[in-house]
Amino acid sequence: MNRRTILLGAGAALTLPAFGARAQAVQITGAGATFPNPVYQKWAEAARAAVNIQVNYQSVGSGAGINQIRNRTVDFGATDAPLNAQQLAEGNLLQFPTVMGSLVAIVNIPGIENDQLKLTGPILADIYLGKITRWNDPRITAINAGLALPNLAIAPAYRADGSGTTFVWASYLADVSQEWKDRVGVGTSVRFPAGTGARGNEGVAGTVRQVRGAIGYVENAYAITNRLVTTQIQNKDGIFVKPEHETFMAAASAADWNVPGFAANIINTAGPKSWPIVAPTFILLPTNPTDAARSASVRRFFDWAFKEGDRLAQELEYIPLPQATKDAVRAAWNRQFGA
Amino acid sequence: MSITLSAGAVPGPRKDPEVALSLGRRRKRIDFVIRTLCVLATVVGLIFLASILTTLFYRGFEAMNLRVFTHVMAPPGSEGGLLNAIVGSLIQATLGTAIGTPIGMLVGTYLAEYARGSRLGNVVRFVSDILLSAPSILIGLFVYQILVLPFGGFSGWAGVAALAIIVIPVVVRTTEDMLTLIPNTLREAVIGLGSPKWKMIVFVCWKSAMSGIITGILLAVARVAGETAPLLFTSLGNNAWSTDLTRPMSSLPLAIYAFAGSPFEDWIALAWAGALLITLSVLILNILARTVLRRRT
Amino acid sequence: MSQAATASTPAPARTSRGAGNLGDIVFEWACRGAGVFVLLLLGAIIIELFIAGLPAFRAFGLGFIWSTDWDPVQEVFGAGVSIYGTIVTAVLSIVLAVPLAFGVAFYLTELAPVWLRRPVGTAVELLAAVPSIIYGMWGFFVIVPAFATYVQPTLIDTLGELPGVGFLFQGAPFGTGIFTASFILAIMILPFIAATMRDVFEQVPPVYKESAYGLGATTWEVMKGVVIPYTRVSVVGGIMLGLGRALGETMAVTFVIGNANRISGSLFGPGNTIASLVALEFGESETGSLKLASLLALGFILFVLSFVVLATSRYLLRSRLKA
Repeated sequence: MNRRTILLGAGAALTLPAFGARAQAVQITGAGATFPNPVYQKWAEAARAAVNIQVNYQSVGSGAGINQIRNRTVDFGATDAPLNAQQLAEGNLLQFPTVMGSLVAIVNIPGIENDQLKLTGPILADIYLGKITRWNDPRITAINAGLALPNLAIAPAYRADGSGTTFVWASYLADVSQEWKDRVGVGTSVRFPAGTGARGNEGVAGTVRQVRGAIGYVENAYAITNRLVTTQIQNKDGIFVKPEHETFMAAASAADWNVPGFAANIINTAGPKSWPIVAPTFILLPTNPTDAARSASVRRFFDWAFKEGDRLAQELEYIPLPQATKDAVRAAWNRQFGA
Repeated sequence: MSITLSAGAVPGPRKDPEVALSLGRRRKRIDFVIRTLCVLATVVGLIFLASILTTLFYRGFEAMNLRVFTHVMAPPGSEGGLLNAIVGSLIQATLGTAIGTPIGMLVGTYLAEYARGSRLGNVVRFVSDILLSAPSILIGLFVYQILVLPFGGFSGWAGVAALAIIVIPVVVRTTEDMLTLIPNTLREAVIGLGSPKWKMIVFVCWKSAMSGIITGILLAVARVAGETAPLLFTSLGNNAWSTDLTRPMSSLPLAIYAFAGSPFEDWIALAWAGALLITLSVLILNILARTVLRRRT
Repeated sequence: MSQAATASTPAPARTSRGAGNLGDIVFEWACRGAGVFVLLLLGAIIIELFIAGLPAFRAFGLGFIWSTDWDPVQEVFGAGVSIYGTIVTAVLSIVLAVPLAFGVAFYLTELAPVWLRRPVGTAVELLAAVPSIIYGMWGFFVIVPAFATYVQPTLIDTLGELPGVGFLFQGAPFGTGIFTASFILAIMILPFIAATMRDVFEQVPPVYKESAYGLGATTWEVMKGVVIPYTRVSVVGGIMLGLGRALGETMAVTFVIGNANRISGSLFGPGNTIASLVALEFGESETGSLKLASLLALGFILFVLSFVVLATSRYLLRSRLKA
């Protein structure tokens, strides 16, 4: 802190007025998932002022996050793909969710406006399997009676870098298509049978923006801030829903969290208003921490985030956990570490 | 040489003056076309440079402001800058150069002063030239294997080590080249005065080759300042303020790489600001290196 | 004079020479030690990458090299697609860059007015100094949109219709892909090849060129008849140097290659290279996993590839280096 003040001189005094007066903050480090990175950074920024905990979160990818928490080189790990009960026991880890996010499909078809096009899960799967290749395919036109769909090649775009976004997307496609499950499977990077990869959300969105006939998948936050053309998707009840706050919340509230490691499956949940592609993201905390005080600080940070962080999460288009789930997580902490 | 010419290109004596004349015109035309194509090739090359620079200046200046230099990275929507990345880059590039330069100078000196024509010298020269052009991502993987895995995690030191390995061959090459240029008569004169060889090398050869060696160091700094691939697996990047070399450390190229693929407009703007900063520094270092060298010659 | 000095003050001279001897020994060994260190460094890089990649070679055998499978879900890995992408993009970039580089070198040595040579030469060399991540961003934000909107649709509609070679230019105009990556690589290696060519062209003894001019040869004829035959081997060496650069380039390619683990017949199709695959997949690979071992094995293969190309380049350029 001191060195920084010296380095920055007057600049630091102007920009960080609260710093000099404050006692040394507790520092905790975490690493892992990229999907929740923006909201973790936002929470970290606010928590430093509110509860005097400085969180250093590195979004290195879920795989690397799991590595680092297994090797105990960080205080907490973060992953989009939940570990199963056996993996958790082997690693002496406690898993809990923090926040949820939703994915949307984005398209670039001349004459098609936002949320006009209707798609179903099986159609999306077959597009990404390379089996539906034209926008005027009878299966698409059949459910889009009013739309003039051109005879245009479909160009699917996907994330080239391993990412939690791909994990959620592949989970959804595997849920709605047996062929996807058998041929491709689920993971943070999978072998896409068709289409082209692009790096990051920006890469996928850029490809879709530039290429006529392209389709891609991005986090909802990204679609909103960049005004991308999204689609309706048919949910489990057979109803076409638009990607909006109401449908996301409907899906989230339908989740069953009463499973080991809180590994709730919110993909394609039942309910007339549920958006089908919503997923939670998880934190991994050692059950035998090397430093009990730091472990307590991690819990104090997320406890604060559960209490005060909902607004910040919503600003970034994430979906907060239901109150009951937050309470269940707190109960799990108390069972493991004592109150 | 002249045989090739008289047989192929230059026409021998002709009986029919009209044929000779048309042949001459044809040769001139071919010459003209090829010269035009070469000028065009150069223009195309310059257009690429101009396009890169205009894009950078246009998008970089748009995003540039004082905050970039005074604030550390922040979540999207909060006012953030690149201070930690700039400082991280400075620390790692400086230390990497500081470690790599002496080793590189010693190797270059060995090649120029001790190993001319020796087998070991030839092998070392060959190996150093291979290192000079070896893919830098492999150096990152190597350092990951020997420093990151065994020592419990990504760290600024690992990044420094990777950059130092990249610096060494650059300095080797310029040091050897510059020392080779020094006339042997100078060495003989110094030895003749009774000076030991090491003093001759340090106080005479190094001194007269200094501007060339400095050029090499500047070029090495420029090279490592823009390196991204070797840092991905070593110093990893860091969103927070940190000057602790035992922890992950931020740097401009890594910040650009992370932010350019992000979903947030302010982060992408920061990526452009960083790109402008890094390119400007690298180009200025290069031009500086050339000026240092030119002033001497 | 030195004799006189030694004669009048022998004692100090001897001590200074004694210290000099020790200094000489220390200094020489420091230099030699640094040289051996560099040698060991390269050896260590090769051995470390090989050892780290060994689990992948053990699991998949030699077939790892040509297997085109890359399925992180099933944990089946093969290097075929990325080796193919690495070689195709590198060779294609050479095909695009060499004519340009030759033009630039010819212009700088024979055609340009003397006052223009230095600034233009410097500008081309600055092109080589631009960091590769900047090429990546520029490629992604400038070249990819231009290719997707103008270049590729045009080529698909024209060349794509040709019999025989049309398949090379078909598919969706994503803007990214093998061709775009090669294009960016070509711009990146252009200055390296051009600088080497210029340097070797300048080494042609003027008397050869002058005698050819004296016989009435045009500039191009001097180039074709004198300069190129004289410098042929070094020019190929310079091209190999560029090829070596193109093989291992990471950041620029990662932004634009389209990263797909399939071999696409079309030049506009997506692919990947060893370097881009390693950069993109590394973060999602767990320590000790087969995937990480496969990535490191890919690194080893890339090292062998670059080593062969760079060693060839150096062998061909040896006459120039001696000069």
